[in-house]
Amino acid sequence: MSGGLYSTDSNEFDKTLDLTKIKPYGDTMNDGKTQVSFTLPVAKGDEAIEAAKQMMRKMGFENPQVVYVQELMAGFTFFNCYGNCIHTVDFTGITVPKVEATAMDMHETDDFIKENIGRPIRVLGASTGSDAHTVGIDAIMNMKGFAGHYGLERYEMMEALNMGSQVPNEEFIAKAIEFEADVLLVSQTVTQKDVHIKNLVELVELMEAEGLREKVILICGGPRISHELAKELGYDAGFGMNKYADDVASYAAQELSRRINR
Amino acid sequence: MERSKLGLDFEKVGHAKEVSKRIADEVQKFVENYSTVSVERTLCRLLGIDGVDNNEVPLPNVVVDELQEKGVLSEGVMFFLGNAVLETGLNPQEIAEKIAVGELDLTKIPVHSTEEIHKAIQPFVMKSIQVIKDRKAKRDNYIETIGEGPKPYLYVIVATGNIYEDVVQAEAAARQGADIIAVIRTTGQSLLDYVPYGATTEGFGGTVATQENFRIMRTHLDKIGEEEGKYIRLCNYCSGLCMPEIAAMGAIEGLDVMLNDALYGILFRDINMQRTIVDQYFSRLLNGFAGVIINTGEDNYLTTADAFDEAHTVLASDFINEQLALVAGLPEEQMGLGHAFEMEPGLENGFLYELGQAQMIREIFPKAPLKYMPPTKFMTGNVFKGHVQDALFNQISIWTGQGIQLLGMLTEAIHTPFMSDRYLSIENAKYIFNNMKSIGDEMEFKEGGIIRQRAAKVLDDATELVEKIEKEGLFTALEKGIFADIKRPKNGGKGLAGVVEKGSNYFNPFIELLHKK
Repeated sequence: MSGGLYSTDSNEFDKTLDLTKIKPYGDTMNDGKTQVSFTLPVAKGDEAIEAAKQMMRKMGFENPQVVYVQELMAGFTFFNCYGNCIHTVDFTGITVPKVEATAMDMHETDDFIKENIGRPIRVLGASTGSDAHTVGIDAIMNMKGFAGHYGLERYEMMEALNMGSQVPNEEFIAKAIEFEADVLLVSQTVTQKDVHIKNLVELVELMEAEGLREKVILICGGPRISHELAKELGYDAGFGMNKYADDVASYAAQELSRRINR
Repeated sequence: MERSKLGLDFEKVGHAKEVSKRIADEVQKFVENYSTVSVERTLCRLLGIDGVDNNEVPLPNVVVDELQEKGVLSEGVMFFLGNAVLETGLNPQEIAEKIAVGELDLTKIPVHSTEEIHKAIQPFVMKSIQVIKDRKAKRDNYIETIGEGPKPYLYVIVATGNIYEDVVQAEAAARQGADIIAVIRTTGQSLLDYVPYGATTEGFGGTVATQENFRIMRTHLDKIGEEEGKYIRLCNYCSGLCMPEIAAMGAIEGLDVMLNDALYGILFRDINMQRTIVDQYFSRLLNGFAGVIINTGEDNYLTTADAFDEAHTVLASDFINEQLALVAGLPEEQMGLGHAFEMEPGLENGFLYELGQAQMIREIFPKAPLKYMPPTKFMTGNVFKGHVQDALFNQISIWTGQGIQLLGMLTEAIHTPFMSDRYLSIENAKYIFNNMKSIGDEMEFKEGGIIRQRAAKVLDDATELVEKIEKEGLFTALEKGIFADIKRPKNGGKGLAGVVEKGSNYFNPFIELLHKK
């Protein structure tokens, strides 16, 4: 192993923050310090460690340090590494599409709906396609909610129906028509081989074919979903990790009000 | 019984078990009058019918679909196949092949006497029983000669979608110390009303359960086990619409552990309750006979409902599942009853509540190799904290003597495990299991303290719940949403069309044979 944990190299770099050129921060501005772990399909040994260092350099790290090496089985070695990232990012030039809504809590959202819509909003949710995970849709819809954020079923001004998991897109659409849904929530947890993308796109296509797409607010969510991805796939909004029922409810209420009252 | 470290009221436990037995007996009265398409396909498989037709339809489906279409499935495949064997002199596989190409119609063969039919099929039945016995003997011999890991068994999953890649992942895990390798099934397989055929390399979130895939993994694990000097158990999913068929495949191919829980299928896969309860009985008969440990899915209740508020539903379901297994002759030593470490990490004294519950379940089911599930609901993507959550979970397991430790992965909620995730997880468990090995023998729980009170409360609530379920009957209780806040109608869900009332000619000699050990 090289370098050791405490490098004695002098830190001859500019330590002032420049938002046009930001770098990872370890304990000194612009030190670029980053931790990385990965496995290489080779036997443990000096050559494996050298390979890991070269891999780090190619990833853009100076002074790569391999701090832990473990053979997982014959022919596979796991590494924990540190290095100084050479790349920078211009933070001032970044724009990220965001869901346009003011975050409100449950009571504020209920009041908002009473004032601006005047009737309960009908929300239909499901984990669609072959996805068997209900954890996402449950966190948003079930009475109890998640991490202290009450689910949509608890909202006075929402009629929320959770269809659970493995709901075929066709069945979901049929239910949406029957339920006269204002808002559709689609949860996707399994993302292996991009199965979620295929399924989400299929739903939009089916809805367009039914002439239903413009009549509802279509929202998708899941740990690997971003608002940007959702827009790209033809959804009105997308909610990823660390988003709760309040976020979804605030958006749905405000968007529906925008559409009704325009 | 060993003295309770929790001061549990064992009279109450005995009462709850009696109530649960009555619940199970009531269910069994229903079960005995019915068969299902999947039970009948299972019988085809046990009689040696395997392979697919030109349209990739498995031959057991070909035979059973034919009888169902003609409206005579109520008499059962044993009756028709026995009669056909007698008439044609062919074996069941040859008969199935002829049906597949339209050369034979089971319903148009002259019907022989019941006695003759039973006699004609008997050699195939006995051969099948022998295959399963031999498989069991092979496992027993491995355990006697090369041995096995200590409990709690370290259980890890592989889920690449490709059986050949699964084999590599399984080998890595076994070499690092895993005792049980579970091959996660591809998403949605539980809702297929047939079992796919052959080796497979495409799956989503898991690998297709096929008999050939079972064989590939079993062969490989035996080889690794011999090299490592430790028998490696193989786990799959005997659940969903093909529950008993997969039990038969597992019994034939030497699987050791099977997820096997009708309640789980009803609640979380919306499978019709009549269908899956009938399926479960025959699958548990097979699992019991084959020496397979079943795992039940109570832990899942807590991913939907709150782990603190709903802890008693887990215990109540374990009570019922124990009795449903006993009815099918499955010994306590093979009951991997489920529970989980799923309380919200911010809960004050949450560790104490989890500890109290784990000790309680241990004492209530003293012989069962309890299946303890890791935190999943509150794993966040903060892998560093996640590793600590898993460590707390491991501490409770070694402290309370759990049987099967489903290892938590620090990357839970992010992706299916990397090879290195599994290594870190096994390292975590081995460190804690060794470092805290005898803590359970050393520690007692304070009288009137938080832990004892918690255990007593959960037992009280669970007892009340099973009493309520007994009054309603299990089916009605499920319709009312008694578990996990989920309501399922008795005539709703998937697979009801595959349930059939047994007719006057119906017979299934396996039931009696599997009950005898």
